[in-house]
Amino acid sequence: MSIATEAGRRRERARNGWLLASPALLLLLFAASGPLLIVAVYSFLTPGDYGNVVWDFSADGWFRVFLERDIFDGTVSAADAHLTIFWRSLKLSLATTAITFALGLPTAWFIATRPPRERAMWLFLITIPFWTNLLIRTFAIMEVIRNEGILNNVLIGLGIIDTPLQIVFTETAVLIGMAYVYLPLMVLPLFAAIDRFDFKLIEAGYDLYASRWRVLRRVILPIIKPGIVAGSILVFVPSLGAYVTPRVLGGGKQMMIGNFIELQFGQGRNWPLGAALSMLLLFIVMVALLIYVRSTTREAPHG
Amino acid sequence: MSDDIAVEARNTVKVYGAGDSAVRALDDVSVTIRKGEFFTLLGPSGCGKTTLLRCIAGFETPTSGEILLSGRDITADPPNKRPVNTVFQSYALFPHLSVARNIGFGLEMMGRAKGDVARTVEKMLALVKLEAFADRKPQQLSGGQQQRVALARALAPEPEVLLLDEPLSALDLKLRKEMQSELKRLQTETGITFVFVTHDQEEALTMSDRIGVMRSGKLLQVGGPREIYNHPVNRFVADFIGETNFLTAKAEGGGFVLASGDRVEAPGERANAGEMTLAVRPEQVRIEAEGAPGAMHATVTETTYFGTDTYCHVRLADGTVIVARLQSPPSGDVGLAPGARVGVRFAEGAVQVLGD
Repeated sequence: MSIATEAGRRRERARNGWLLASPALLLLLFAASGPLLIVAVYSFLTPGDYGNVVWDFSADGWFRVFLERDIFDGTVSAADAHLTIFWRSLKLSLATTAITFALGLPTAWFIATRPPRERAMWLFLITIPFWTNLLIRTFAIMEVIRNEGILNNVLIGLGIIDTPLQIVFTETAVLIGMAYVYLPLMVLPLFAAIDRFDFKLIEAGYDLYASRWRVLRRVILPIIKPGIVAGSILVFVPSLGAYVTPRVLGGGKQMMIGNFIELQFGQGRNWPLGAALSMLLLFIVMVALLIYVRSTTREAPHG
Repeated sequence: MSDDIAVEARNTVKVYGAGDSAVRALDDVSVTIRKGEFFTLLGPSGCGKTTLLRCIAGFETPTSGEILLSGRDITADPPNKRPVNTVFQSYALFPHLSVARNIGFGLEMMGRAKGDVARTVEKMLALVKLEAFADRKPQQLSGGQQQRVALARALAPEPEVLLLDEPLSALDLKLRKEMQSELKRLQTETGITFVFVTHDQEEALTMSDRIGVMRSGKLLQVGGPREIYNHPVNRFVADFIGETNFLTAKAEGGGFVLASGDRVEAPGERANAGEMTLAVRPEQVRIEAEGAPGAMHATVTETTYFGTDTYCHVRLADGTVIVARLQSPPSGDVGLAPGARVGVRFAEGAVQVLGD
C-alpha cells in the first residue's frame, strides 16, 4: 500500500512539474520558436512589390545573401557589397570582444581584489550605464568623438593636432561605441570567475619557478577561462547583430549585418533576403554558443 | 662552518601597517637552520611563524634584516628565483591540471626537457604512492591524497629547503598521524631541509630535529624536542609545550620554599633571592601515602580518568593546586577519592626554575 501511494505521489509530482513549467514552455513556444519559424519560412518566399511576401516558394532570398545576378547579362558573381558588410561585422565584433577583454580583465581583477564592502560599490558603478537608454549612451559617445566634440577640442586646445580627427562615421567610431556599450557584459562574468579564483595559486605558481607572465598564462587564464568565454560570448553575440551603434556612429556608411537586415525590411522591400540574413546571423551565433558549451564542458569533467 | 647552514635569518623584522596601528609580525628574529634538518617553527596563531616562512619563501619582503640561503643573501630575490618550495596549508593545487602535470609544473617552468620531467614525475608519484592517480584532477582526490600531491609537487624540483605551512591542519586525527610519519620518512629519504610551521606542540615534538618556539613576533627558544620540553626558558614555553604546574617560590639556602611552606630542592644557579616561578610536569609528580618521609601534605580534590592516564588534582596547605599525571592501574581506579589525605613529592631533577 505504501508503495502504491509512493508511485502515485511521484506521478502527481511529475504532473505538477509540467503544470508549473507550462508558462515558461508557452512563452518559449509563442515568443521564441514561433517567430523564428515564421522567419525561416519567409526566407524561402518571394518578395512582394511593396514589402511583405508572396506565398510562392523561392530560394532567391538565400541565393542573394552571397551571390548576385547581373541585371543585363544574367551572370552570377559574389555579392561583394554583402560580403564587405559580413566581413565588417565579424571584424568589428571580434575587435570589440578583444578590446573589452583587454580593458575588462584588469577592471574585473581590480574589483575582485577589493575588500568585500568596496566590491559591491564598484560592481554597482559598473552597472550604472545600464540605467540609460542605449541610444542616449551612443549619442553621448558621439558628443565626445565628433569633430567639434570634447576629444577634438581638447587635443586642439593642447596643440597636439591642428585639424580635428575624423572619427565619427568611421569603423573606429563604431568600434569605440560598441566597446563602450558592451564593456560591462565582459566585466561581470570575468569578475564572477576571478572572485572564485584561489589567489594562493598565484603564490604556488610563483613559488614553482614561474615568472609573472607565465603565472598569468599557465595558471590564471586557464582557470578563469569559463568567465573569459562567457564574457566573450556576451559581447560577441550582440556586437554581431548591433544596430543602433553602427547606425548612429557609422552614420549609415559603416553598415553592419543588423543595419543590412533592417534595410531589407524597410527601403529594400526584400523580406525573404532579410529573413535569410537573420537566419544566417542566428547560425553564426549558434556556432559561437556551441564553442562555448564545448570549451566549458571539456574543462570540467568532474563537477 | 657555515657550510652546513641551509637557512639563516639575520635580525629579520617585518612590520605591517604604519603609525599606531603598525604590527610587528617579526620582531628582530635571528635563527640558523642546518642542512638536512627537520626544523619546526612552533607557536600560537599570530606569533609570526608563518610570516617568517613567507619571508624565506619570498612572498614577503622583510622590513629590515636579511635572509640567507646557504650563506647567500636572497632577501631581494623573488620566489621564482629561490631554490625553495612551499607546501601550502590549503595545498593550492592547480585545479585545471592533472596530478602528474601538477607535480611536473615546477620542473616544466625551470625549462627541463620533457622526458626528464616525465621521469621525475614518475619517481615522485612512486615516492608518495600515488602512481594510480597520475591522470586524475586534484578535486577528484581525498584530502590526504591532495596533501601528498602537494608534497610531491614541492619536492620534485629538488629544492634546497622545503617549507611546510601547517600542512596537516586540514586532516583528521588518524590521517594526521599517518602523514606525520610519512613526512618524516620523506625527509629522511630525500635529505632535504624541512622547515615546518605548526601550532600543534605534539606534532612539533614527535617530528622535529629542532624546534623554534615563537610568540608575538619573537623567537623565544630554539632547541631539540627534549631540551625544549625539559628545560623551557620561560613560563610561556613551559605552558605552550605540554602541561605544567607553576609554583611560586622563594629561594632559600640552596633550595626553594613554596607558598605552602614546603621545601623543594632544584638544581641550577639562582641569581635573585626574590619570588621565582618553578615548573613541574604533571608526570613528574608522585603521589604517596600521607606522612611519607620528605613528602608534602596535600588533599585530593579531583581525579579524572583519561584511559592510559589518570589526572589527580591535589591541594597543598595554602590552597596551591598541583596536577599529577598517574599511569592508570589495570583496574582503572587509582584509589584516590576526593578528600583523601596524601603525600606529594616531585621526581628527582623534575623542578625547573623559569627565567621570568
